[in-house]
Amino acid sequence: MRISRGFQFIAAAATALVLSACGKEEAPPASKAPTAAAETVTVKIGVASPLTGPQAHIGNDIKNGVQLGIDDLNAQGLTIGGKKVKFELQAEDDEANPTKATTVAQKLVDSRVAAVVGHFNSGASIPASKIYSDAGVPQISPSSTNPKYTQQGFKTTFRVVAHDDQQGPTLANFAVGKLGAKNIAVIDDSTAYGQGLADAFEKTVKELGANVVAREHTTDKDTDFTAILTKIKGTNPDLIMFGGIDPQAGPMAKQMASLGIKAKLIGGDGIQTPNFIKLAGDASEGQMASMPGLPKEKMPGGQEFMNKFKSKFNAEVELFAPMGYDAVFVFADAMKRAGSTDPAKFLPEVGKTKLQGVIGPIEFDDKGDLRNGPITVYVVKGGKWEALETVVPGGAPGPQAATAPKIPAGATQAGY
Amino acid sequence: MDIFVQQIINGLVLGSIYALVALGYTMVYGILGLINFAHGDIVMVGALVGLSVFHALSGSGLPVPLVLFLAVGAAMVVCMALGVSIERLAYRPLRHAPRLAPLITAIGVSILLQYSAALVWSKQYIPMPELLSPARYTILGAHITDLQAAIFLLACAVMAGLYWFITKTRIGTAMRATEQNKEVAGLMGIDINRIISFTFLVGSGLAAVAGIMVVLYYGIGHYSMGFILGLKAFTAAVLGGIGNVRGAMLGGMLLGIIESLASGYIGDLTGGFFGSNYRDVFAFLVLVLVLVLRPSGLLGQPSGERA
Repeated sequence: MRISRGFQFIAAAATALVLSACGKEEAPPASKAPTAAAETVTVKIGVASPLTGPQAHIGNDIKNGVQLGIDDLNAQGLTIGGKKVKFELQAEDDEANPTKATTVAQKLVDSRVAAVVGHFNSGASIPASKIYSDAGVPQISPSSTNPKYTQQGFKTTFRVVAHDDQQGPTLANFAVGKLGAKNIAVIDDSTAYGQGLADAFEKTVKELGANVVAREHTTDKDTDFTAILTKIKGTNPDLIMFGGIDPQAGPMAKQMASLGIKAKLIGGDGIQTPNFIKLAGDASEGQMASMPGLPKEKMPGGQEFMNKFKSKFNAEVELFAPMGYDAVFVFADAMKRAGSTDPAKFLPEVGKTKLQGVIGPIEFDDKGDLRNGPITVYVVKGGKWEALETVVPGGAPGPQAATAPKIPAGATQAGY
Repeated sequence: MDIFVQQIINGLVLGSIYALVALGYTMVYGILGLINFAHGDIVMVGALVGLSVFHALSGSGLPVPLVLFLAVGAAMVVCMALGVSIERLAYRPLRHAPRLAPLITAIGVSILLQYSAALVWSKQYIPMPELLSPARYTILGAHITDLQAAIFLLACAVMAGLYWFITKTRIGTAMRATEQNKEVAGLMGIDINRIISFTFLVGSGLAAVAGIMVVLYYGIGHYSMGFILGLKAFTAAVLGGIGNVRGAMLGGMLLGIIESLASGYIGDLTGGFFGSNYRDVFAFLVLVLVLVLRPSGLLGQPSGERA
C-alpha cells in the first residue's frame, strides 16, 4: 500500500514538526509590562527546599523567609537600571531528594529566574549547583553546610552560613574541650550533610585525643534506632554525636531515654529546631546542637525579624528563615550595584557583597563561603533552645551566653 | 553479654509487631491465595487514627489506660471497616479473575491508602504526645521498659487468643475449612463471603493493634510508615510459612530477632564495611534465602498445585 505508507510518513513528519514547535514554548522570559508611564519589570526569585515530607517544616520556613524578604523589597520599591522592579517568588519542592533537586533546578532555570535561594540539604544543593552554574544563575544556599558545595569551582555558588569544615571542629572542640567528653559515639544519617558533618567531627575529636568508641549509620528515613543505640550503650560513651536532621534525632533521643542511656546527644544545625523538642518530648532536655549564625535574639535584625515573621505567618521561626531573608537582600543589593536584573550582569557583584543583614555582616570569600560566619552551640533547657556559646572559627571568640555544663569523667549525669 | 540480651529483647518487641501484622497477611493468603499488599497501610491508618485520638485526649485529664483503650478501640473500628470495605470493593469482584489481577489491585489500594492518609494527616512526621513515662526494669543486665514488656505480652495474648479462636470455635473451624477448599466448604453450608469478610475483619483488627503498638513504641507516625513495615511482615509470614498461622507468629518473632542482631553486629562482622544502615538489607536477604532454600517456609508443608 504505497500511497497510505506515504500518507503515514507525511502525517508523522507533520506531527513531529508540530510537537517540536510546541516544545519550544517555555515559560515566557521576565515579562515586560506594557509601555505605561513607569516601566515595571518582574524579577523572579526561585526558592528550592523540601516543602513536603519529614523536613517540610524547615523547607517551608526557608520559603517563608524568602517570601518575607520579597515582600519587604517590594514595599521598598526598588528601581534598577532605570526600571521599577517587582520581585516575585517561585517556590519549588525538592523533597530533600538529590534527584528531585536536579529536576527542580532545571525547572527554575527554564522559568528564567534571576537567582535562586536554595537548596536546604547539602545533598540537594550540590547536584543542583551544576545546573545553576551551567545556566549562570547565582545560587545562595541559606543552609547547606557541606564544604563540597563551594569547592566545585563554580562561580555561582554562595552560602550565608558557616560550613562543616568549621562546624564539625567547633562541635568537637566544644565536646572535648568544654564538656570534657573522652569517649564519644558518632552516628550519621548517610546523607551528604550528615556523613560530612560526622566525619569532620570525628576527625577533630581524634586530633584532640579523645576516643571515638562507635561509628554507626542510619538513614534519613529511619525511625528505629534501638539496635544501634543498644550497641552504642555497650561501649559506654560520654556523649553521642548525631549528624542528621530532626525527624531522626527526635525519636533517637526518645529511644536513648528508654534504653537508659545516660550520655547526652549533640548534633549539628539539622537538629537545632523547635520540631526536635516536639518530637523528642521530655527526652529533649539537656541535648545540644550547633547552628551556624548568632542566636536569633542576638542577631542585629533578629528580634524584629522574628516579630515580623510571627505576625505574617503565625509561626515561630524554625531554623533558616533569617538566612533566606538575607539571601534575597544580597541579590537585590547586587542587582542595584550592577544596575541590572540580568544574572549575567549582577552575578559578579554578588561576590563583592558587603551587606549588613538580619543575621549580621555578610561578605563572601573567593569560593562563595560566608566570611567569619559565627557558629553557636545551644542546649535544650526547660523545653526551649538556649544559646551556650558562640565562636567565630578563625576569628575572635563571640559573645558567651552562659557557662556550659561539664561532664565528669564516667558520665553519670542525673536524668535520662 | 548484656548487650546481646538487650538486642534479643529489642528483637522480641520488634518481632511482636511483625508477628501481628504477618498474621493478617497469612490469613488472607490462606483463604484467598492473595497477598494483600495494602495490609501494611491498614496498620498505618490504625496508627494515625490512634495518634489523632491521643492528640485529642492528651490534655483532657482522662486516665491513661482509658485513653489507650479509646485509641485502640477507635483504631480497630476504623481499620476493620476499612479492611472489610477493601475486600468488598477491590477484591471480591476479582475473585475469579487470574491471580495477577487482585495482586495489582492490592498494590493500587496500598498507594490509594497512603496518599489518602497524606491528604488527611499531611506528610509530616506526627509525634506522640507524652502519655507514658516508661518505668525501667533490668533483666540480666539489659533494660526493658514496661511499654516493651506490655507490647510483647499483649502480642502473645492476642496471638494465643487468635489461635484458640481458629481452632476451638465454629467460625474458626469454618475459616480453616474455607482455607482448605473454598468450593467444598460452600457445599457444606458455610457462607464463604461472610467468612472471607470476617477474615479481613480479624486481620484488620490485629493491624490496628499493631499500629497502636508502633506508635507507642517509636513515638512517631507518618503516612508512608506502612510500606516497609508491610514488606517486612510479609517476609516474616513467608519465613514462617505463608498461610500458616503459627508460622506467621514464629516468623515474626524470628525476623525481629534477626534484624535486631544483624543491626547490632553487622558492623563488627564486616569490619565496618557494612554499617547498621544495611539493616533492612538483612531482612530482605532472609526473604530471598527462604524463597530459594525452603519456599514453603519453616512451618509450612510443601504444597502441590492448589486444588
